[in-house]
Amino acid sequence: MPQILNRKTQPAIQPPGRIHFPQPEIYQLSNGIKVYQFNSGTQDVISIEMVFTAGSWFQQKPFTAMATNLMLREGTLNFSAQRLSETLDYYGAHFENTTERDNAYVTLYSLNKHLDHTLPLLSEIVKKPLFPENEYAVLAGKQRQMLEVNRQKVNFLARTHFNSVIFGKNHPYGMFLTPDDIDKVSHTDLAGFHANQYHSGNCTIVVAGLIKPALMKALDAHFGGNDWSGTPSLREYTKPNASEKKNHFIQKTGAMQSAIRMGSIMFGRSHPDFAGMKVLNAILGGYFGSRLMVNLREDKGFTYGIGSSVVPLLKGGYFVISGEVGAEVTSQALSEINSELLRLCNEPVSESELSLVRSYLSGEMLRAVDGPFAQAGLYRELIEADLTMAHFEELIDTVQHISAQQLQDLAIKYLSPEKLFTLVVGPEEI
Amino acid sequence: MIKFDRFTLDNGLRVIVHRDSSTPIVAMNIIYNVGSRDEHPHRTGFAHLFEHLMFGGSVNIPRFDEPLERVGGENNAFTNNDYTNYYLTVPVYNLETAFWLESDRMSDLAFSVKSFDVQRNVVVEEFRQNYLNQPYGDAWMLLRPLAYKVHPYRWATIGVHPSHIEEATMEEVRDFYARFYNPCNAIMVLAGDVETEQIKELSEKWFGPIRKGSVYNRNLPLEPAQTEARTHSVNRDVPFDAVYKAWHMCSRMDSGFYATDLISDILSAGQSGRLHQQLVKNQRLFSDINAFVSGDIEAGLFVITGKLMKGVSMEEAENALQSEIDRILTTPVEESELQKVKNRVEAIMEFSEMRVLEKAMNLAYYELLGDAAQANELLARYASVTTNDITLEAKKLFGSENCSTLYYFANK
Repeated sequence: MPQILNRKTQPAIQPPGRIHFPQPEIYQLSNGIKVYQFNSGTQDVISIEMVFTAGSWFQQKPFTAMATNLMLREGTLNFSAQRLSETLDYYGAHFENTTERDNAYVTLYSLNKHLDHTLPLLSEIVKKPLFPENEYAVLAGKQRQMLEVNRQKVNFLARTHFNSVIFGKNHPYGMFLTPDDIDKVSHTDLAGFHANQYHSGNCTIVVAGLIKPALMKALDAHFGGNDWSGTPSLREYTKPNASEKKNHFIQKTGAMQSAIRMGSIMFGRSHPDFAGMKVLNAILGGYFGSRLMVNLREDKGFTYGIGSSVVPLLKGGYFVISGEVGAEVTSQALSEINSELLRLCNEPVSESELSLVRSYLSGEMLRAVDGPFAQAGLYRELIEADLTMAHFEELIDTVQHISAQQLQDLAIKYLSPEKLFTLVVGPEEI
Repeated sequence: MIKFDRFTLDNGLRVIVHRDSSTPIVAMNIIYNVGSRDEHPHRTGFAHLFEHLMFGGSVNIPRFDEPLERVGGENNAFTNNDYTNYYLTVPVYNLETAFWLESDRMSDLAFSVKSFDVQRNVVVEEFRQNYLNQPYGDAWMLLRPLAYKVHPYRWATIGVHPSHIEEATMEEVRDFYARFYNPCNAIMVLAGDVETEQIKELSEKWFGPIRKGSVYNRNLPLEPAQTEARTHSVNRDVPFDAVYKAWHMCSRMDSGFYATDLISDILSAGQSGRLHQQLVKNQRLFSDINAFVSGDIEAGLFVITGKLMKGVSMEEAENALQSEIDRILTTPVEESELQKVKNRVEAIMEFSEMRVLEKAMNLAYYELLGDAAQANELLARYASVTTNDITLEAKKLFGSENCSTLYYFANK
């Protein structure tokens, strides 16, 4: 006789086993550049990411770091911009050029079978860019227009301005770009920034995919020489200078939604409270079932999405709640956020909710090491912060064992509403 | 190459299994064969609203997300013109929870009135966030009804207006579920470290008992051929002028699809694409310009969109764009340029098969088109396109009477 199906009860839940963090192979090129290699996957592809100590932290004028990175591919000693992009596209490869506050990244994605043709292009753009004036005029004009379009968006304004509220507008983490800044940077500024920041002393390489044994030799041939040496750049800690006002408002007339930011400076990955804050943040706004989502979206319908994050940087970090809410419910949304913060400070989280978050975060970590590209991305963040896989072991340990009391203590210490800054970008001041 | 097994339950649910033992994550992807094209013209945005409601609780499970989060899983969904796609990933050792969840919401609908009220608001906020409160955010909503007069592709998946969502009733929701959310109207794909026999057992156990429901026979009006060029102009509070052009193209299953898709790549794929090289870099008329196919299953649109550089007149920009279109019509594309875009397609496919979820989505989509095995034939289809095919398809496509143009002017 067939068993009657019990649809009422969830099938037995297996606790997560030990998450296996793959260790990279590590080697050095002849000039000392460290290479971290994740050799796995099912597809015959590879990513080669070059990390440079060349983030916006190091620029004298806003736009310089980002423009330098973007201009690398716009003409080099041996390739015009057009020939570079024709060749790259012909082999189905692409570059990703990203500039963050701390570091800048140049990544080549290629099919292995074409690597002999595509790797030399990577070498060309990082070592021999020319920053041609005419190409820069095109790029700067385009970036200026993109920025002007973005500045029409409440979310963009909130994101960029919030950092200046919590770090101060002259702090390397607090600066934001205006269209006029773009006009003040010339192609010669870029050549100078490149000479100072893009050299072997500022470079680390992370490789992922199905890796052929010949790669090590090829990387050494292209990047292992003393033809592009330099002194490693140092980051001096700069004290943040947060705004004296807690509440900020930027008017965007006619906007149907307000963008909300609430938060404050916090710390990097190596701070003893970092792991605990990851858990606390998950409860508040770090996943779909978080309190902010359940309250403001699933219960009130104020927003399409709202969340919070703990953002580690190399010389500090910050915590931020962010979302766009209906303009007409802005003040109700702010008061709900406030009451969720107070609830974290005043009541211990229940065992049921805590166990849900423990499971969710364990699953997230499993997904974070799924596949060579994900592994490389994750590990790169550790290298940048001078940490090892032990950091993740600790993170997992905290996720599994932190108590409701410890979480409440963290909430009181860091998330009391009166300690946080608020920025609203919307049609009218609340 | 994605290997897979396939079987069908008695109630018509099609199941596809792809084994990839390199990962501890399993992906489950379910397509329901219903999209915004199946909506009533006075209830546009309904298929997408419905997708939201599917998370509001089923007969035995009050909240969909929580039990999945409890086993370390994650899920989401999207709706487009053609179909509705639900997907989740879960650690392999907790796979059965995924079967329990998805089969319960395929069995019957039971979300609360409150969830219905709230999700209508959430969708209205989504409408505002992604369309109405964004610069140029309404362009597609204006372009569609210009290009389509009859076919339901004339409205966007989010809907024509938030009021269509606000006025939806519970009864309409029930009808919609009964019509479309049946096993025989669905395709399920599992990808990960799983065995076909194990998936068969789990599928029979959880999905086997579900009623078959009635088969949906789609019978949509055909869009008549466009016989004269259409234009529409709007003024908006945006910083720069923009232009949107759409030409009717063949359906996804038409043999001309591959050449048409490659035309869009010749024009704008990568930084070496013709439009970028000519109109952004050499002539500095646009800050960015893109060509793409809409990707619809039925006869869709070939679209070119561009934002003009400040100070450039619409006429000058449009003429320069037209001369690039004339060039592809009159001068055969070089073999090497065609090879370039084919190589690019190959690389994109290779990179798109890195994760089980992407593979599961691909298999489900091609099964919806008729046969999952087509996912493995794409490369050969693109490879077989000749330079002559490009000219022929370009001639079918770029007739001026086939074109709809939206002029999007910045308020001075």
